[in-house]
Amino acid sequence: MERQNEVLDNVIIKFAGDSGDGMQLTGTQFTNTAALFGNDLSTFPDYPAEIRAPQGTLAGVSGYQLHFGSVEIFTPGDYCDVLVAMNVAALKANIKNLRKGGIIIANTDGFDTKNLRLAGTEEGKNPLDDGSLENYRVIRMDVTKMTRASLEGSGLGVKEIDRAKNMFVLGFLYWMYNRSMDHTEKFLEEKFGNKPDILKANLSVLKAGYNFGETSEEFTTRYSINPAKIAPGEYRSVMGNQAVALGLIAASCKSGLPLFYGTYPITPASDILHEVSKHKNFGVKTFQAEDEIAAVCSAIGASFGGALGVTASSGPGIAPKGEAIGLAIMLELPLVIVNVQRGGPSTGLPTKTEQSDLMQAVFGRNGEAPMPVLSASTPSECFSMTYEACRIALAHMTPVMLLTDGYIANGAEPWLFPSSADLPEIKVTFAREKNAGDKFYPYKRDEKLSRPWAIPGTKDLEHRIGGIEKQHETGNISYDPANHEFMVRLRDSKIEKISDYIPELKTEVGPEKGKLLVLGWGSTYGAIKSAVIRSRNKGYDVSHAHLRYIRPFPKNLGELLYNFEQVLIPEMNTGQLIRILRDKYLIPAVGLNKIQGLPFKAEEIQNKIEELMK
Amino acid sequence: MENTPAIEKFTSKDLVTDQDVRWCPGCGDYSILKQAQTVIPELGIPRENIVFISGIGCSSRFPYYMETYGMHSIHGRATAIASGLKASRPELSIWIVTGDGDGLSIGGNHTIHILRRNFDVNILLFNNEIYGLTKGQYSPTSEEGKVTKSTPMGSVDHPFNPVALCMGADATFVARSMDRDPKHLQSVLRRAHGHRGASFVEIYQNCNVFNDGTFEAFTEKSSKKNEALFMEQGKPLVFGENMDKGILLDGFKPVVVQTGNGISLNDLWIHDEHDRVKANILSRFFDNPGMEHHLPRPFGVFYTEDRYCYEDRLEEQIATMIQKKGEGDLDALLKGRETWTIN
Ligand SMILES: Cc1ncc(C[n+]2csc(CCOP(=O)(O)OP(=O)(O)O)c2C)c(N)n1
Ligand code: SF4
Ligand SMILES: [Mg+2]
Repeated sequence: MERQNEVLDNVIIKFAGDSGDGMQLTGTQFTNTAALFGNDLSTFPDYPAEIRAPQGTLAGVSGYQLHFGSVEIFTPGDYCDVLVAMNVAALKANIKNLRKGGIIIANTDGFDTKNLRLAGTEEGKNPLDDGSLENYRVIRMDVTKMTRASLEGSGLGVKEIDRAKNMFVLGFLYWMYNRSMDHTEKFLEEKFGNKPDILKANLSVLKAGYNFGETSEEFTTRYSINPAKIAPGEYRSVMGNQAVALGLIAASCKSGLPLFYGTYPITPASDILHEVSKHKNFGVKTFQAEDEIAAVCSAIGASFGGALGVTASSGPGIAPKGEAIGLAIMLELPLVIVNVQRGGPSTGLPTKTEQSDLMQAVFGRNGEAPMPVLSASTPSECFSMTYEACRIALAHMTPVMLLTDGYIANGAEPWLFPSSADLPEIKVTFAREKNAGDKFYPYKRDEKLSRPWAIPGTKDLEHRIGGIEKQHETGNISYDPANHEFMVRLRDSKIEKISDYIPELKTEVGPEKGKLLVLGWGSTYGAIKSAVIRSRNKGYDVSHAHLRYIRPFPKNLGELLYNFEQVLIPEMNTGQLIRILRDKYLIPAVGLNKIQGLPFKAEEIQNKIEELMK
Repeated sequence: MENTPAIEKFTSKDLVTDQDVRWCPGCGDYSILKQAQTVIPELGIPRENIVFISGIGCSSRFPYYMETYGMHSIHGRATAIASGLKASRPELSIWIVTGDGDGLSIGGNHTIHILRRNFDVNILLFNNEIYGLTKGQYSPTSEEGKVTKSTPMGSVDHPFNPVALCMGADATFVARSMDRDPKHLQSVLRRAHGHRGASFVEIYQNCNVFNDGTFEAFTEKSSKKNEALFMEQGKPLVFGENMDKGILLDGFKPVVVQTGNGISLNDLWIHDEHDRVKANILSRFFDNPGMEHHLPRPFGVFYTEDRYCYEDRLEEQIATMIQKKGEGDLDALLKGRETWTIN
């Protein structure tokens, strides 16, 4: 059969189905295949908070959005081109994010009476027949029926057969986008190596899906997306949480300190623990503590002993760590705390993303308790910023908070990974000798205002540290009023001084001076960048800068802000960075705030830019 | 990390710091400090390998007075901090100092968890049945009806029995001693150190300012012999003015008997600190000394058991993984399993 081949420069596919339909796996497989092919990409998994949300309902819809292309990709995309809907609920939940004229691949079996009822559709109406989808191209396929047909005589039960449904869809999409099935075949072989009948079933359903595209006369067009023209080099795919884990292990290797990772499971931070604990051959020790307080305290104990002590959590778990973080600030021991932010307050929206813990990170402790705060903007930047957090903690003898969020933690992107030799050095020198005549002063300062790290086991340097205010240099308990004020200011200067050791802020897009600066932090990076590029292409004088260092700020931040007539700050909160900036630089910045548990669409930011510049 | 070839000898004087001891005159904490400073030099641990970690409370001031490594941390968390330190530095000798409030109230959770994990540390819980540092509120070990500043009508709380609690948490070494019996306390400290695993020692400590005399039935000469039962491994449980009273086990019920008159020492309960069932019964010897027909309060080692230490298994897992996969190769890790090249 004659078929057209259309070349596209980017495509956005949303895989949506019931939590049991395997959409996350389908999405990940397509992603890896696209990545190996050389496309640039960005993903956004979006799944329900309940492990087994009621089947067929809107609450149970699990989605995975993939944006891939031959051009640079910064976000998972605002509106999808293709929506895979395994049932009515999946269609209902996602139709508003499908562009007009987009393709719906509907599993007709998921549109039966039962599914219609579960999704709360009006009695007697089926979106596939009632004309409501006339603005889209609907591809109907009875995936269930075809999956069962292809496995007839396999000897597997219906339940097991139906579990392979997602492979049919994946096979079909591979056909539609001219992709090889090699990667997924290899993956299945590894996954089901010891279950030959299941392996065979999955492989044949995958092929059946592919062949369905090949043989059905309905499909006249296939699509190609060429490899992307991005920086040359060797790439891999990485997710944010995985990148944090790798950053920690890399910092451990480069500093020569064993990694101690103490934590308590919480969504969406647990995957860091899962990843770190796979790599014990790096000498890393993981400790699943009884609660978050024990988690951070165990990391402090490890740091006291000379390890790289790290803890991670999400907002609700960072809160109970507060008192101990204050202790680490008083002890002036290195400690890295990662907060994979999620929707708050309280339990909030565990599986949704938000940037609402910035104030907590900067100010959320009793007393004057300054601590560096860093943030990562993309999944792969979770690696470099984690590494940087470790570097600062060790070089400046201080706890450091790194902020990521659920969006980049679970999102994936291609990563031009570094070689270990390219990573900045992290040099740690433990104190070996007395530093005050015949005494050892644990709080004597160096040029960075940081104190010596003398670990137990070092002869003649026995000393006591604690949370009570201490005398300058000697570290002895002191209730002296003047000393207290001196120490409070000293601890603050020590953190501010770190700005001498971090890079200045440069714009990502656009000149360093002009009409409008869009300043962001964290995972809004891609959406802001896309929006600014689009507006610039339309002739607007707008620039984008992105903060990775929030405490202390880069030294030139004030100057950069004053170089623009207006500053726009998009945040997934009610305006936390903007308050800190107003406080410090007294600028009349404008906020754009979205608090829906969802990342910004580039369009939303672009609209705001163009509204401000009218 | 640091390995000292020959252990340099030191004395109790070397363990005294230049800090003024700030406990109230007459406080039981002084004696405990003294006994620890007496015992530790005999243990053959290099001084630089000793770490004292405490929480918050009068008792938790302890590390400031010990010329070793030390950390005075935050309320209730010494056990958690010690867990991380021991996990990363198994060769250190770690001593946790905590109070009845610190270790059983705010830090109760960490106490039970360090015990079940069985890190090789020594936990000294100074029980004065009161919150000393905050000036005299009742604690989770104060008796029912305790009248304090925070409970003018008497406390409503039922108290913890610390030894029974630790037995319940599967502790591998559980003992009790008292500030007023230096020899006994010293011997228990030695035993605690000698045990590989988490050693829990409850130490009755008199707070002469806010709870003076709570333990006097057990500690004062006039009543001690009749009220305190000193357990010794393999020996019958005897007590009393003339050591003529003993404990006999009638089924699961312990009874006090007079020896002589047909009851010989061999008929009595012979203490076996490896017997968990019996240790559980002993831990329940918790009667108020004022009660009629009450049982005496046991002192010494209730229970001890050999069980793997958390930190050992942690090291083993690393060794196993290295054996399987080889030492970690950072470049291979960064590269991952699948890569592609863009030209
Ligand atoms: C988080 C926190 N809550 C409360 C306190 C106040 N506080 C300090 S010590 C203490 C109780 C101490 O009692 P205990 O552990 O029995 O020690 P003791 O003083 O009796 O030796 C309390 C409530 C504190 N320091 N920190
Ligand atoms: S208040 Fe009680 S426990 Fe605290 S130092 Fe004084 S006597 Fe000792
Ligand atoms: Mg107390």
